[in-house]
Amino acid sequence: MSKQLTSMYVSELIEGLETKQFSSVEITKEYLSKIDEKEKSVNAYITISADKALEKAKEVDEKRQAGVKLAPIAGIPVGIKDNICTNGIRTTCASKILSNFIPVYDATVMEKLNKDDIVMLGKLNMDEFAMGSTTENSAFKKTSNPVNLEYVPGGSSGGSAAAVAAEEAAFTLGSDTGGSIRQPAAFCGVVGMKPTYGTVSRYGLIAFASSLDQIGPVTKNVRDSAIVLNAITGHDAKDSTSVNRAYSDYTKGIENGVKGLKIALPKEYFAEGINEEVKTIVLNAAKQYEKLGAQIVEVSMSTIDYSLPAYYVISSAEASSNLARFDGVKYGLRSENYSNIDELYKMSRSEGFGDEVKRRIMLGSFALSSGYYDAYYKKALQVRTLVVNDFNNIFSTCDVILSPVAPTVAFKLGEKTTNPLEMYMGDIYTVPVNIAGLPAISLPCGKDSKGLPVGMQLIGKPFREADLLRTAYAYEQDIYMGGAK
Amino acid sequence: MGIKDYEMVIGLEVHVELKTKSKIFCGCSTEFGGDPNTQCCPICMGMPGTLPVLNGKVVDYAIKAGLATNCTIASFSKQDRKNYFYPDLPKAYQISQYDLPLCEHGFLDIESESGSKRIGITRIHIEEDAGKLVHKENGGTLIDYNRCGVPLIEIVSEPDIRSAEEAKAYLQKLRAIMLYVDVSDCKMNEGSFRCDVNLSVRKIGEEKLGTRTEMKNLNSFQFISNAIEFEFQRQVQAVENGEEIVQETRRYDQTTKKTFSMRKKEDAHDYRYFPDPDLMPIIINADKLQEIKISIPQLPDERKTIYMSEYGLTPYDAEQLVNIKEIADYFESAAKITSHHKILANLILSEIFRLLPQDSFDIPISPANLANLTNLIGDEIVNSSTAKKVIQEMWIKDQDPQGIVNEQGLEQINDETILEEYVTEVLNKNKKSVDDYLSGKGKALQAMIGQTMAITKGKGNPTKIQKILMERLK
Repeated sequence: MSKQLTSMYVSELIEGLETKQFSSVEITKEYLSKIDEKEKSVNAYITISADKALEKAKEVDEKRQAGVKLAPIAGIPVGIKDNICTNGIRTTCASKILSNFIPVYDATVMEKLNKDDIVMLGKLNMDEFAMGSTTENSAFKKTSNPVNLEYVPGGSSGGSAAAVAAEEAAFTLGSDTGGSIRQPAAFCGVVGMKPTYGTVSRYGLIAFASSLDQIGPVTKNVRDSAIVLNAITGHDAKDSTSVNRAYSDYTKGIENGVKGLKIALPKEYFAEGINEEVKTIVLNAAKQYEKLGAQIVEVSMSTIDYSLPAYYVISSAEASSNLARFDGVKYGLRSENYSNIDELYKMSRSEGFGDEVKRRIMLGSFALSSGYYDAYYKKALQVRTLVVNDFNNIFSTCDVILSPVAPTVAFKLGEKTTNPLEMYMGDIYTVPVNIAGLPAISLPCGKDSKGLPVGMQLIGKPFREADLLRTAYAYEQDIYMGGAK
Repeated sequence: MGIKDYEMVIGLEVHVELKTKSKIFCGCSTEFGGDPNTQCCPICMGMPGTLPVLNGKVVDYAIKAGLATNCTIASFSKQDRKNYFYPDLPKAYQISQYDLPLCEHGFLDIESESGSKRIGITRIHIEEDAGKLVHKENGGTLIDYNRCGVPLIEIVSEPDIRSAEEAKAYLQKLRAIMLYVDVSDCKMNEGSFRCDVNLSVRKIGEEKLGTRTEMKNLNSFQFISNAIEFEFQRQVQAVENGEEIVQETRRYDQTTKKTFSMRKKEDAHDYRYFPDPDLMPIIINADKLQEIKISIPQLPDERKTIYMSEYGLTPYDAEQLVNIKEIADYFESAAKITSHHKILANLILSEIFRLLPQDSFDIPISPANLANLTNLIGDEIVNSSTAKKVIQEMWIKDQDPQGIVNEQGLEQINDETILEEYVTEVLNKNKKSVDDYLSGKGKALQAMIGQTMAITKGKGNPTKIQKILMERLK
């Protein structure tokens, strides 16, 4: 075998397993030894469940041997972000307050993946409760960017992106509330997809901001993204916000190209604040699309300046309520230092939450307080409507929007930890997508002078993930065919 | 100025547990009395990552309650989070409704001794119940989450109530309606019908409302009356003494029959209400509404009208009967067997009500036997004081009253020649009463009737005795 199993795409692994070129146990073992080797420097995982993974791989191989009909992704080793509940396996949200929390239920996505017989390798590091852009807000460890270990992998799904980039999992699941899949995917040079709100069940995803959160895949390439989407999307009666509609095969039509496709370039996404190298590389991708037969249309997205504050008000407000249940009463960390119930709450939460989480809870509580609700929360909801209108306008004439994922490439560990506002500014291109509930994909489109990956973002109409996959695939294929770089 | 110069202004908030089989956001059973923490799951315990899914029955029941109390039903409604920390609230927020409740602008008509009155209903909204804290004797507190997520409706009245009696009449009527439409079992002792009282006082004639206090979770009509009376007097006294009423939550203590301050306004929570992003808006279309409308049975007011027109009852008596569905059903069963409907109503409202224990409506006498007793009274076979005795025996052992009357020789003495003899005896023994009566003291007649009745061992026909006495004293 010329290619290492851990270097293979999911599509290649599926083919190899089906044609019995190798077994799931072999793949799993290779991944586990890769994890052993890489974790010393990358630190993508919080929990590694090696024994369970091998056990499962063996079970899948036996099933396959016995001729049982298996799902396409059966036997593929994956990593799961640690805010997705896994029955019997610790789920921490990278927080001290949940450091001992073992769910007695699976998230719906886990149920689906388990039914498809995936092999779970472990739980991935993240910013505490998915709040952050570097994974430095984890209570347990700092993950490094596999491209350059001195750099952050992005966040909050930093572990999910790093694990794929370091070949520590065939694919991973992340969650995206304001860019938490797309930005780390861009920083680590992999593919991250945030599906339309309501496409993947949120049941069992420990909520950060319920109206914005969405689970999605991080993969090595675009086709894999489509394969994983097929496995995790679908209506779920346990999630009232899950959309009941027909979900078709996302790999279908992926090769159809971009001829005649109208791609919008919002000029505000390339205005001040963006790193020049990033700008040039993303605009080059636009030129590449033109060569491939797409039409590039310059448009305006006037609400972009309001999206970010609106996002921080809405997400923090929802978080302040969602995280209130971590009170030390039933599970999770309970402080030793209390003499009455109020102190139990105060001390458990003071000791259990990190600074960024506390900052957001305070922000959100303030925004919802009586007397401030109208000025902040209600205003933010109004902005939300405006952002949706802005997108609708663009999509009335265009099919897909192309933009950078973040204004910069990855930065050094520790570089921005003391300036939360500057950190928040990094989310400017990704949050409007969550505010409007749209699908968006982040894929690599080049490297800067230091060799750090630059990502581009494609934003689509609601439930038109297929448009994004087709568009992304066309670019990716063109690059591999020796096109522009 | 005294207490007579003041009036109380009362608004009531009533929590009614709906009798759906499963909880409001998960499939757990709502049954009362299960072993602690045997009727809960990750969803109603608010475990991380779990999500609520609204039980459609809850909406149907709430709409039913709204229609039965003359409310307007919203076509678009939503659910909101009410945020506060308490160990019985596992998510640290209660899913309730804030600015767009399901039902609004209703009313119900009550009948009290001072006449009939319309009480406004501000709103009815749906919400989830919290768990229950169990304080151990040796200190420490345990939590039972069985009640978490049991569906509730909160029915908020306008501040239209002016007395404890009106409050009671309103609550009885409301409870009756909920039982009639069958959305709750309204068991006060199990907490499925509980009441918060908001009360303020003002001088009669004043428009401006005084500062109100709130008394929470009162679960017996008696406690509610007592609490209102005490709190009214306390507030009037405070105002008279020049003190300021503080907006606060007060606890009513049933042993001392007093209210105590629990929580001042400045300690009150800021609930930071906002729309629950885990739940979709509730849309009610016309078909759905019509479907529920059709399912509403005959309500107390309709029965009341029938009782007045067909049975000749007074509005007050009719209201007393219809307000307790069990009693109204009982009355109607018995009314089929007797034509003396007014006597039947009186027997129920005086004797049966006297014998019933607090907040219980379980009558051990069969409607047929009570109807028979009614006939014995109506046909002048027994008088009312004998009936009292008979009914007590029937209460202990349900039986045909005729048997008791025969066995104990309780038949009324209607024979005027016999009664004449007894009257003669009384007149002879009571010269002073005779003189008193003749000099214009009417009361003396009553005394002589009483004495005659005593000689007959209560069996004499009092009307006839009075007639004979008056003839003899002419």
